[in-house]
Amino acid sequence: MIALIMFLLVLMGKKFGLSSNLRAMCSIGGAGKKYTFFDYDWKASSWNLFFALGTIIGGFVAAHFLSTNIAIDLEPSVIADLHQKGFSSAGTAYAPTSLFTTSVFSDPGSLSMLIIGGFLVGFGARYAGGCTSGHAIMGLSTLQLPSLIAVLGFFIGGLIMIHILFPIIFGQ
Amino acid sequence: MKNISFLLLGIFFGIIMFKSEAASYFRIYEMFQFKSFHMYGIMGTALALGITGIYFIKQFDIKSFGGNSIAFQDKDKSFPRAIFGGIIFGLGWALSGLCPGPMFTMMGAGYLPVVIVFFSALAGTFCYGVIRDKLPH
Repeated sequence: MIALIMFLLVLMGKKFGLSSNLRAMCSIGGAGKKYTFFDYDWKASSWNLFFALGTIIGGFVAAHFLSTNIAIDLEPSVIADLHQKGFSSAGTAYAPTSLFTTSVFSDPGSLSMLIIGGFLVGFGARYAGGCTSGHAIMGLSTLQLPSLIAVLGFFIGGLIMIHILFPIIFGQ
Repeated sequence: MKNISFLLLGIFFGIIMFKSEAASYFRIYEMFQFKSFHMYGIMGTALALGITGIYFIKQFDIKSFGGNSIAFQDKDKSFPRAIFGGIIFGLGWALSGLCPGPMFTMMGAGYLPVVIVFFSALAGTFCYGVIRDKLPH
């Protein structure tokens, strides 16, 4: 179905990629006046902002009208591992309550995970020239070598975080 | 009017992201632990269909809805960009459990703290734009 969406976008003469919207939003905010990278015709990609807005609405519709039990049915060994790291909601929730409920605002450690994580995603996506949708789906579907390297990078980064940095962060 | 169709496609995408559980922090964690086929199934299916479909579009020069030929934009062929950018992205993806698509999805789903992730991502994009001349490309 993700492929179907990509086809429809391609057939409408567009491309699939969510992270470009972050650049467009910086430009709308006026960043183009000072930095050439944001001085581009973002209006030409305003269709993508509608797509992103749709994604937000889609999330709302799915969570509120199309879901009854949203607990993720994880592998038991993963649940045990997450519990050990302090994610006590693993196995009973859609996302960790320690990170994604308002309790995070009084927990500097979890809050910094969100801030640093988001920052790296925004920075890395633009540096790499695309995110999961733009590189892993659109780029690989059109058989582009840079996308393969980028996706490899996504996994190198992800594996470093989960297997090397997480044990340090969570002191195991 | 055309924007409405993009909006509708986006809604469809958001629903898929949420319902396929690709927007779940736990699923991303599980993926990097190689403990479940779930995420690989989602991406593998999309890719298999994607590669096949794009191949046919190219092979038979299928026209867009507007009747024009479809041009595929090539990604920038820069090794340092792809690998360094990719690794930075991957670190953030695993840490926050969110890539840009699910970020939008989860904000809509009502997970308020994701707004912080979103604004941090905006800040990250902005910083890239500011220092990009100093980075290896």
